[in-house]
Amino acid sequence: MTSLIKVWEIPGGVHPPENKSQSLQEPLAKLPIAPQLILPLNQHIGNPAKPVVAIGDHVRGGQRIAEADGIFSAHVHAPTSGTISAIDDHLIPHPSGLSAPCITIDTDGKDDWVTLTATDDYHKLERTTLLAKIRDAGVAGLGGAGFPTSVKLNPRANHIIDTLILNGTECEPYITADDMLMQTRADEVVAGTQLLAYLLNNPGRVVIGVEDNKPRAVEALQRAAADTEIQVVSFPTKYPSGGEKQLIQILTGREVPSGQIPASIGVVCQNVGTAVASWRAVRYGEPLVSRVTTVVGEALTRQRNIDVLLGTPIDFILKEHGFDAKKASRLVMGGPMMGFTLPDPQVPLIKTTNCILAPSKKELPPPLPAQACIRCGLCAEACPASLLPQQLYWYAQAEDYEKLEAHSLFDCIECGACSFVCPSHIPLVQYYRAAKGSIRLHEKEREKSDRSRRRFEFRQERIAKVEAEKEAKRLARKQAAEAAKKKLANEKQAGVEAGPVPAPVSDAQTKAGAKQKTPAEQQARLERLLASAQESLKKAQQPLEANEPGQSVTDEQREKQQARIKQAELKVHDAEQKLSDFRAEQGKSAETPAPADSDPVAAAIAKAKAKMDMDPAEKLRANLDSLQQRLAKAEEKAEAARAAGDEKADALAQGVQKLQQKIKDTQTELAELSPSTVAEPSPSGRHEADVAGLAIEKAKAKAAAMATMSADDKLRNQIDSVKARLEKARERLAKAEAEADDNVEAFRTGVEKLSSKLETLEQQANASAD
Amino acid sequence: MLKVTSPHTHSALSTGQLMRLVIYATLPGLAALTLFFGWGSLLNVALASVTALACEALAVRLRGRPVSFYLGDYSALVTAVLLGLALPPYAPWWIAVVGSVSAILLAKQLYGGMGFNPFNPAMVAYVILLISFPVEMTQWTAPRNALVDDQSAVGIIEGLRMIWAGAPIDAYTAATPLDTLKQNPGLLLEDLYSQDPTLVSGIWAGAGWEWVNLAFLLGGLVLLYKRVYTWHAPVSMLIALALMAAVFYDGGSSNSGGSPLFHLLSGATMLGAFFIITDPVSSAVSVRGRIIYGAAIGVLIYVIRTWSNYPDGVAFAVLLMNFAAPFIDHYTLPRTYGHKKPRKATEKEGH
Repeated sequence: MTSLIKVWEIPGGVHPPENKSQSLQEPLAKLPIAPQLILPLNQHIGNPAKPVVAIGDHVRGGQRIAEADGIFSAHVHAPTSGTISAIDDHLIPHPSGLSAPCITIDTDGKDDWVTLTATDDYHKLERTTLLAKIRDAGVAGLGGAGFPTSVKLNPRANHIIDTLILNGTECEPYITADDMLMQTRADEVVAGTQLLAYLLNNPGRVVIGVEDNKPRAVEALQRAAADTEIQVVSFPTKYPSGGEKQLIQILTGREVPSGQIPASIGVVCQNVGTAVASWRAVRYGEPLVSRVTTVVGEALTRQRNIDVLLGTPIDFILKEHGFDAKKASRLVMGGPMMGFTLPDPQVPLIKTTNCILAPSKKELPPPLPAQACIRCGLCAEACPASLLPQQLYWYAQAEDYEKLEAHSLFDCIECGACSFVCPSHIPLVQYYRAAKGSIRLHEKEREKSDRSRRRFEFRQERIAKVEAEKEAKRLARKQAAEAAKKKLANEKQAGVEAGPVPAPVSDAQTKAGAKQKTPAEQQARLERLLASAQESLKKAQQPLEANEPGQSVTDEQREKQQARIKQAELKVHDAEQKLSDFRAEQGKSAETPAPADSDPVAAAIAKAKAKMDMDPAEKLRANLDSLQQRLAKAEEKAEAARAAGDEKADALAQGVQKLQQKIKDTQTELAELSPSTVAEPSPSGRHEADVAGLAIEKAKAKAAAMATMSADDKLRNQIDSVKARLEKARERLAKAEAEADDNVEAFRTGVEKLSSKLETLEQQANASAD
Repeated sequence: MLKVTSPHTHSALSTGQLMRLVIYATLPGLAALTLFFGWGSLLNVALASVTALACEALAVRLRGRPVSFYLGDYSALVTAVLLGLALPPYAPWWIAVVGSVSAILLAKQLYGGMGFNPFNPAMVAYVILLISFPVEMTQWTAPRNALVDDQSAVGIIEGLRMIWAGAPIDAYTAATPLDTLKQNPGLLLEDLYSQDPTLVSGIWAGAGWEWVNLAFLLGGLVLLYKRVYTWHAPVSMLIALALMAAVFYDGGSSNSGGSPLFHLLSGATMLGAFFIITDPVSSAVSVRGRIIYGAAIGVLIYVIRTWSNYPDGVAFAVLLMNFAAPFIDHYTLPRTYGHKKPRKATEKEGH
């Protein structure tokens, strides 16, 4: 049957020495329980599991000790009975050599297990129930990547699976764990395969792919699968046929599109070990707590395959196999092509550990120094993904990330075939890994800076909008003032006397009291300004700290500090100047308006007339006066009309309303113009009295306005200077962002401070002058 | 214990071994040259090798690199041997010396040493010599089996005198078949084959030359067998050259530039195909790229041989295509796994 099935050839590939016989001399052995098991919470791809036990808890074998966190995660179970002695960071088997959260169990040797629920016939159960069982057992891909199995078995609705591939290729030299599993547990492999096929709604084709250097495994599988739909396909040995994408190409002739998953072309690929684990999870309710691992290498006295509990420390395993550290050149988890060196033998064995390789120095000598690339092209011939490894190497060296992506760097599966054949001993894969890492980092940073740029632009837009609105208001006010002036002039010509009528002095006095606060407030504001400027000066003068500990302070930093100090000093100077000016003005204005207070009405009239032409606020007030007069007349007319039953009464009433509205508007405008002179909206019935009140107010407001007016120019200057500084600060921020400067944050806060200051100043300016 | 990244195992092949293989593969050609044209080529190779190694050592030392490590890649030796093979036998000693100095210092180390030279160093040197010293570079001795009445083969003493003391070489020279064809337009090839002593004594492409070419072909086949390089560039070059010759061959007159077989076995055809254009550093890299690169060189060789003033065109053709190699690479990226069509180096993609 085997020979009839067509297989495709993959491009490239290499034939490293297989070294498979060493570990196949002895039968599969079971290792004794280690005194301590260390179970990393992240033995799979995805989120680390969350511990559900506490230190000191007694656990039994098969008990769940950590729970999956989300879909892309897997449970962790206690491999045997014992006591939780630690939940903390421990070295994990990872190329980084970093530590990660682990649960440590001090085993008690009793191997006391929880009761498991077996399933006699899984066909009677719902698909989702079965998937849940597999998920509950914490099954993750045992081939190497550790992808949560239940996720892979639950493809998206638009992915119609027509082919299930069981990966028994094991193309890495030295490793025979899957080979041993297929030889000894062929029945379970077949049963597991059938289970997976059932879960995938029985795809049309179910294949177990095995390289032709494992004749015994092929034979055992064929015997076990004799009466099933399962094809056992053996194909020529070539590294890396066992890569998921490569195996799919070999068995189906299809290629997984770049950046997609096999399910997108209707294929699901699972490791044979995963099939067995899934089968045991469903049939016996057994969680994934042990696996078959190859222990091999000339630095060991015993080389074989072992069935070992997850979490068993590697040094425990090595001791059991007569490891001689002096002889060993390195310690590798995985095979010689893709495995990684272990930072420390204390790391535990995890779900994805298929091999522990302890080669002697003669067996795997240290890498030779790299020579220049002679562009021989052997790497391109060896590449199973049809990349141009040497071009990638050049671009990786040049850090030309665009070119790297154009040369499909991310389609590199890091199989190591190119490095293997490179006659100049260039560690090509290492360059690709580093380049991929940098590109990912770059991408992240770019996203971040994009985000902050968008934020900045949005802010700019908002500020511009506010500015535009203010400008529009200002313009409207100006026009209104001009109109009022004209009208006043007309009225003057007509000899209309806006004569003051006896006024409710108490009203005016309370208002005056309210208004008196303003100069004090202004002074307080200026004082605050000075204080904050002094504060920032102090900050700027603080001794410099180096960017990174251990580095000395750079000249650049020093220069920046000088600039900062200078700016802060200027700011302090400005603030002081302004404050003193304000105080001087305050003194003056306190003298001048004093007599006005003694005879408010007369002074008000005199001043209103004298300064009418110069002061826009006054114009507005005059406008208000005339409006109120008009309102009075309009109301009289309307009243008369209503009394007379005139049909124009409604129109007149509307006119009155309009006028009232206008007055209100003008009053608010006036209020905005000088918040000190808050003009209470006058009840329409009392408008005559208000006209007088307003005149008094006018006079008092004038005093305050006079006080602030002289500071206006200063304020305006200040606004201009702050604007310029803000502009500069923005430029600097943009530059810093472009260069990914460390001080971006500082620049940003600087810009924000400046713009808020500008806002305050502008408000001030608006409030005090127009 | 080592903390290194995968892969942890390596194939036995090293750059030094590859280069040594190339040198061994030139031996049949060198033997044929010595057999038919005397000791001259051997002396050229020896002179060039010594000079090249000295230059390489000097340059590496000046750049502050370990000398023995860099000489251990044998690349300088390969360049020297190839240059020595290309030079006319019994050329004055300074020809080989100037050539080697230009090859190593100018064409290779000035660009950054091995792996960084855009042009084939041996061919750069050859062209420099050809343009600077055209007389010395175009005097080939007559092959041993095509000596005319008043000629004798050069003895080793006589040879050394010619090389070191500049004794005149005229009496021993003869036009190469490519020269003969170029300088006798308007004749029938049949006449040429029956008049020119070199062609008369030969079978397909002149005495000596055809055997030298076949010897280089043999060496090339060994390298192909040893997988030192792929067949793409040499085969496409030979096919292109033969095709050009076939298209423009009118079957009889010397105007049309000789039969395909004549071109395949003349001049530096086989040396070029299996030892020069296969220089990986200066050639295109992808499979498609190498096919284009080889074919273009084949076409250019025929064009230069037939329609230019130079009798042979391998060096010029190779240098011209060295210029074009990065351009070819740019447009001939292979189709990567999982991609529908080959990409261009300019293409951008997010991921």
